[in-house]
Amino acid sequence: MLDTASAPVLELSNIRKAFGGIVAIEDFSLDVRAGEVVALVGDNGAGKSTLIKIISGVYAPTSGAIRIDGQEVSMPNATKAREHGIEVVYQDLALVDQQPVYMNLFLGRELTKGPFRVLDRRQMIAETDRLVTELDVRIPSAHATISDLSGGQRQGIAIARATHWARKLVLLDEPTAALGVAETAKVEKTVVALKSRNIGVLIISHSLDQVFRLSDRICVLRRGKQIGVRETANTDKNEIVSMITGV
Amino acid sequence: MSASNPAAPASPVRSLLARINLQQYVVYVGFLAIFLFFAVVLRDSGFLTQRNLVNIILQTAPATIMAIGLVFVLSAGDIDLSFGSTVAVSALCAAMAMAAMPAAAFPVGIWAGLGVGLLVGAINGVLIAWLRLPSFLVTLATMGLVAGIGRSLTQLRSIPVTDPLFTGIFGSGSLFGVPSLVIWTVVAVAIGHVVYRQTRFGAHVLATGDNARAAQVTGIKVSRIRLWVFMISGGLAGLAGLLYAGRLQAAKYTLGETDLMTVIAAVIVGGTLLNGGKGSVIGALVGSLLMGMLNNGLILMGLSVSDQMIVRGLIILVAVAVSLREKTR
Repeated sequence: MLDTASAPVLELSNIRKAFGGIVAIEDFSLDVRAGEVVALVGDNGAGKSTLIKIISGVYAPTSGAIRIDGQEVSMPNATKAREHGIEVVYQDLALVDQQPVYMNLFLGRELTKGPFRVLDRRQMIAETDRLVTELDVRIPSAHATISDLSGGQRQGIAIARATHWARKLVLLDEPTAALGVAETAKVEKTVVALKSRNIGVLIISHSLDQVFRLSDRICVLRRGKQIGVRETANTDKNEIVSMITGV
Repeated sequence: MSASNPAAPASPVRSLLARINLQQYVVYVGFLAIFLFFAVVLRDSGFLTQRNLVNIILQTAPATIMAIGLVFVLSAGDIDLSFGSTVAVSALCAAMAMAAMPAAAFPVGIWAGLGVGLLVGAINGVLIAWLRLPSFLVTLATMGLVAGIGRSLTQLRSIPVTDPLFTGIFGSGSLFGVPSLVIWTVVAVAIGHVVYRQTRFGAHVLATGDNARAAQVTGIKVSRIRLWVFMISGGLAGLAGLLYAGRLQAAKYTLGETDLMTVIAAVIVGGTLLNGGKGSVIGALVGSLLMGMLNNGLILMGLSVSDQMIVRGLIILVAVAVSLREKTR
């Protein structure tokens, strides 16, 4: 029997992804354990976003295995990934602009009530209010329309949605690229909170400062190849930068 | 932090106007304004008589039914141009089926009419959702195709509809003094409104039209939603065909011919965005009544057919302008 406490929530082994003749990811292996934050760093075009898309079910790997809690899974689509407890905060946030906050938090998983399965707006609004208070996302109200919100507020909603539904793993693709200092700090606080809920986090970030603040381990990717994985406590920026650039 | 408004207008009136969703209410204000205008101008021409007002509702019933379908299609980010010609073919097929099987005319007529509508909708939906062809071009093609079939079905002849049950339920009948066409309108709008506003399906339609990628990654089956909205539009066009056949007691290839522009205008004026993600079934009803009232009033005013077209065109232009102004806010 596997010791579940130390079994990785996500295990990628020998993942390879080719688009026609172009190899985007080559022989990539990585574990993410429960309650661990792993940062994925690398230059533009290194294959970070492709990896996120493989884990979230958008792309199927050409070869290699994905295991969740030790079980090999195939993820033909995003719905399947979500059923496995994986949530993604996409770079473009994947919000529906003309709908209120609460409908976005429950997008695709709307609550219903009664024999005719009508939308249970009251329940969704109540849960939204609780969640945004808990995560300190400052929005005018659960009724606010997404298009009326600021960039930070929108980011907050996307992250709140992912953390609300995630059971095992949250993937964050450049979560603070467009944010100010205060809003970035809030996002980082949310990531730390995920750790304490024993959820694994895989984060893509271009800010090495942030990577060193948040992560337990750092995985470096260069031109589709994994250059190495380092314990954050036992490395420094110079080493990571030289791994990213290859000089 | 509050929702910032960089171009905050200085005058309180303008800031109030900016906050009120103008587009959402323009149809009600417009309806009232045009109603009052006609009520004053045409007070001696019988505009305000109960008979005339009921007549407006009866005449707009098929257009209102079609408008409900279009609200779903537009909200999902697509367009349907084929429902107008579907109406005629549905009515013709219903009439021909009833003539062929007079013993079971009523059920046969219903199934034929609705079946044709659903079939056209399904063809549109499959081509658009699974073959990923643009809905504008697909439905432009099926519009012509279906119109051609309608003309060839009976060599341009009209087919009488004589089954009393059919013409009663879909046409001249009434229940407790309420004309059946009014009942059809109310029931269709009520069901359409509830499905649109209160079900997961309605929410998924809006999400699909607003941001199809977001809908997809949150597990909404976007292709299935798009197929459904075209089936709804086709099915309601079939129902509109039955209502025309019942009221006129005949089916002809010209039915629904002029409804395309009226229905699109009614839906847009009613607050449904052309680009998807937002709309209103109740707004479409009021928009449709507005168009019917306009028709009626302009005729009573003695305007020529060409003048009526010009006035209607101008009104649609104003509606589109308001719709786009809202979009770029």
